Amino acid sequence: MSAATDQEVGRSRVRPRARRLVAGRGRYTDDIAAPRAVHVAFYRSPHPHARIKALELSAARAIPGVVLVASGADIARHCKPFAGVHRLFIGMKAADQLPVAVDRACWQGEPVVVVAAETRAIAEDALDLIEVDWEPLEGFGTPEGALAGPAIHEQLGDNIGFDGITTTGDVATAIAGAAVVVEDTFRFGRHTGVCLEARSILAVYDPQEQSLVVHESHQCPAQQQAIFADLMGLPEHRVRVICPDVGGAFGIKQQLYGDELATCIVAKMTGRPALFVADRVESFASDIHAREHVVKARMAFAHDGSILALTLDDLFAVGAYSQYPRSSIGEASHVARLTGAPYRIPAYQARVRMVYQNKPPVGHYRAVGHPIACAVGESLIDQGARALGLDPIAVRRLNQIRDGSGPHASHGAAVLEGLTLDACLDRLLAGFDVTDFRREQAAARQRGSLLGLGIASFVELAGTGAPYYGESGAPVTAQEACLVRLEPSGHVRCQASATDQGQGTDTAIGQAVADAVGVAFDDVEVVSGDSAACPPGGGAWASRGASAGVEAAVRAGRALRAEILRLAGLILQRKPEQMYVRRGVIRDAVTGAELITIREVAVIGHYRQHLLPPGTQPDLSLVRSYVPQNQAFLTTNGIQLATVSIDPGLGEVRLLRHRVAHDSGTVINPQLLDEQIRGGVVQGLGAALFEEIRYGEDGTLGTGTLMDYLVPLATEIPDIEVVHVTTADPSTTLGAKGAGEAGTAGAAAAVLNAVNDALAPLGARVSALPLTPERVLAAIAAASSVPAEALSRQKAGT
Amino acid sequence: MKPARFNYHRPGNLPDALALLAEHGGAARVLAGGQSLMPLMAMRLTRPEELIDINRIDELKGITADDTAVTIGALTRYTEILRSEVIAAAVPLLAEAIRHVAHHAIRNRGTIGGSLALADPSAETPAVCLALAARVIARSAAGEREIPIDSFFHGLMATELAEDEILVGVRIPKRAASARHAFLEFARRRGDFAQAGVILAPGHTGVPENRAVVFGVGATAWRSSALEGAMGRNIADDVYAALRLEVAAAVEDETADYKARIVTTLAERAMARLA
Repeated sequence: MSAATDQEVGRSRVRPRARRLVAGRGRYTDDIAAPRAVHVAFYRSPHPHARIKALELSAARAIPGVVLVASGADIARHCKPFAGVHRLFIGMKAADQLPVAVDRACWQGEPVVVVAAETRAIAEDALDLIEVDWEPLEGFGTPEGALAGPAIHEQLGDNIGFDGITTTGDVATAIAGAAVVVEDTFRFGRHTGVCLEARSILAVYDPQEQSLVVHESHQCPAQQQAIFADLMGLPEHRVRVICPDVGGAFGIKQQLYGDELATCIVAKMTGRPALFVADRVESFASDIHAREHVVKARMAFAHDGSILALTLDDLFAVGAYSQYPRSSIGEASHVARLTGAPYRIPAYQARVRMVYQNKPPVGHYRAVGHPIACAVGESLIDQGARALGLDPIAVRRLNQIRDGSGPHASHGAAVLEGLTLDACLDRLLAGFDVTDFRREQAAARQRGSLLGLGIASFVELAGTGAPYYGESGAPVTAQEACLVRLEPSGHVRCQASATDQGQGTDTAIGQAVADAVGVAFDDVEVVSGDSAACPPGGGAWASRGASAGVEAAVRAGRALRAEILRLAGLILQRKPEQMYVRRGVIRDAVTGAELITIREVAVIGHYRQHLLPPGTQPDLSLVRSYVPQNQAFLTTNGIQLATVSIDPGLGEVRLLRHRVAHDSGTVINPQLLDEQIRGGVVQGLGAALFEEIRYGEDGTLGTGTLMDYLVPLATEIPDIEVVHVTTADPSTTLGAKGAGEAGTAGAAAAVLNAVNDALAPLGARVSALPLTPERVLAAIAAASSVPAEALSRQKAGT
Repeated sequence: MKPARFNYHRPGNLPDALALLAEHGGAARVLAGGQSLMPLMAMRLTRPEELIDINRIDELKGITADDTAVTIGALTRYTEILRSEVIAAAVPLLAEAIRHVAHHAIRNRGTIGGSLALADPSAETPAVCLALAARVIARSAAGEREIPIDSFFHGLMATELAEDEILVGVRIPKRAASARHAFLEFARRRGDFAQAGVILAPGHTGVPENRAVVFGVGATAWRSSALEGAMGRNIADDVYAALRLEVAAAVEDETADYKARIVTTLAERAMARLA
């Protein structure tokens, strides 16, 4: 039992970094001092689509304190263009991009002119004096408009960046033989990850060394190093990217932004450090967006509720350019892979079309594609159950892939392994009495109040492995590495490729390394987010911190323990296997007697090597890597439950209870895990009820501030109950699976289903997110205007 | 997000402030709590050349009462109004409305005068002052005048205040102890600007007429004749039909239907509270 209490893995450790951040001692990119830095600001296109006929920059250049005013063409002389193509998707088209628009702007907010000045205020004064002679062009904002419109990029021929079909089984026959077919069109609005710290970059260029040192609020320092070197034509080992404290990222700090590359170029052009910090207005206009889908889908059922077929057509609008380097296809490809993924579906057809439009680029935001797939699939299941008069939970139980049934080649062409859908559903319902709720719901209806219950099950594809980006052509690695070193003091320092933007990856690495080496948690320090100081690796994306980042650290920690025992064996003339290490002390394997401390071994290994047998070379800095080599994705799963009340007079949806059951594999830190799930749920609830970046049909932005883009506040969010199933991943030493995206994957779908459950007695339904009061009221009004006879037919499901 | 250049003035007394305003007129803006003006300036949506900070002018602060009315200085913060026993006793409707204004941090800075002078159609303060038959006190170097609230709001964020005038306070008739009221608003999130709100203030000894105000709907808060006519009577359906017409007249965009629905709901519930 004493061994168990020593274990760091499984304990709720407070993040050491959290204390510093809460005390206001965070060191974000904007806090990094750079003498003589110029402040960079961008004149951004006010038009969704317009030709630049002429630029008048002389007045801006004349302002005292302005150091540089550069056009897109000026900037383009210092870099190569780039295109977000993913070679795994055959036939994918993407236009070349430049950091700053040349000749034409294709989205409102696209950088057009760069200003560098002694202060940000002076830079903004200069922006005021820039005159652009615009020739506005027709803009296409909606997915349908973009599909029908002329090509935004002539060389592509049309606006379809990718058109692909996934097929399994015989859909036509399955639908023809179905008892019930339900069909719906789902609309999802644009979101972004609203980070407390806006995008920020500080670039320092040294012309003598040809070196570029960049501090950047980013998730992937190694990737950025490769990209800056490649696009600016610099030797890669002279480029260093440091991500200091990062105040949230959520996927939007995972790619290359033109304004950030332009800032590096400004540093080169001016010979001075260049700092760009996005303000909130330009964040909404230029941060990566996500989730703009229109999905038409059908699901066919047999009388007993068995799912016979699923078809979907996803029209996915990604803005004017595919994001670089990962491309923008990820979200739609996950919709095709994951819709209905928890269930055995014999016949399936999914068409996904990625279309370009006059809006900013779409990329990867927490739970890429999962919330769309989950909302579509889970809503159709509920509709089918309602039409058949069956219990939606029973229909899920009937169709879901059984626990322990082995690898499942899914209808969406993914290999799903180790699913625990049965266990998660049981855990979910163990803390929620459905019968009791139904009774309460019926009583509420008697009083004219609307209550609803929604369930959403989901499969997650996290911890992306080598095959996915390995085939893409992009400098994106699925590998993580960790260098673990025993300091002369006996403390352990880790240099990790996995990065931490607030989720606690550093803490998890520290805990796992403490166990792997055999030292106390406080004796381990973790450094990450520096492309020069840390080994190359992925950074943070696709919930890979625990499954890949910590795994690499465990392997390095174990190697270091073996080396410590080897040296101890040489010192003590014992065999390493006759000893073990715990909390810094090396003990006899049989008696447990203390033999020597790690500190003593460290002193000999670093300072007194002459005491070791001749020919001994201590090796106390060891690096190990881990890559999911042949597995495209690491599968896991979860299920969420939401209850809501609706005010039928105001259309207001109130969240009552929210419950999550999830399988994260081995739990490293229960508190961090729970809060990851909760944070993810909150972002999903934002999607359900509040968040939407509004655009006009021509692509004109209507959302400029946090007064327009509503993020959920603590006052709107109920307590979120989280329970776990812990099925260790057999492919790793540690067995941890991803958890960062689970909450976001299913929360909106659960609320959507709960709202439609509440509205069902009125004959109303909604299928567009967010569920604004306006939409809910319109649905209620539309239902009450349907003649009673039609309503009863509809209810009968005919 | 840095303001355009401006000259900053911080007069220590009202005559100095009025003199500055007389000198600069339309080129100047008066800074009170700054909860709206500062973001507008930071986004360069407004670019005053002269900024006159009145925060050091003590005579603009505080709450006083006489037999018939309370007078609230323009610089009085929301938090102070919320804590005032005078307000709680004499105009509880005001305190109730202010509880819906944003969050603590904003209520600690934001002022009643600033809110009235800005005249945001979704803000609670202008609406509740309209419901309470307040009188706005404005002063210029030339002298002081009282503006009845019914003629104060001219349009979207436009008021009766002249360029050389500072809103120095607001005078609100005391409500009779027996007077009832109803305040209802609907916001997307707690503390947000209202999607719509309805205030009912039935007539009493101090203000004999019924006053009903709708806010968050159209360019200014406005009095609803339909609701005022119906207060204290059995309500017929045509009251709400008339109310919907009033909403339609106030809202010219595609949100008119939505606004009519929620205003109707709020009005029904407000009426029920008074019933």
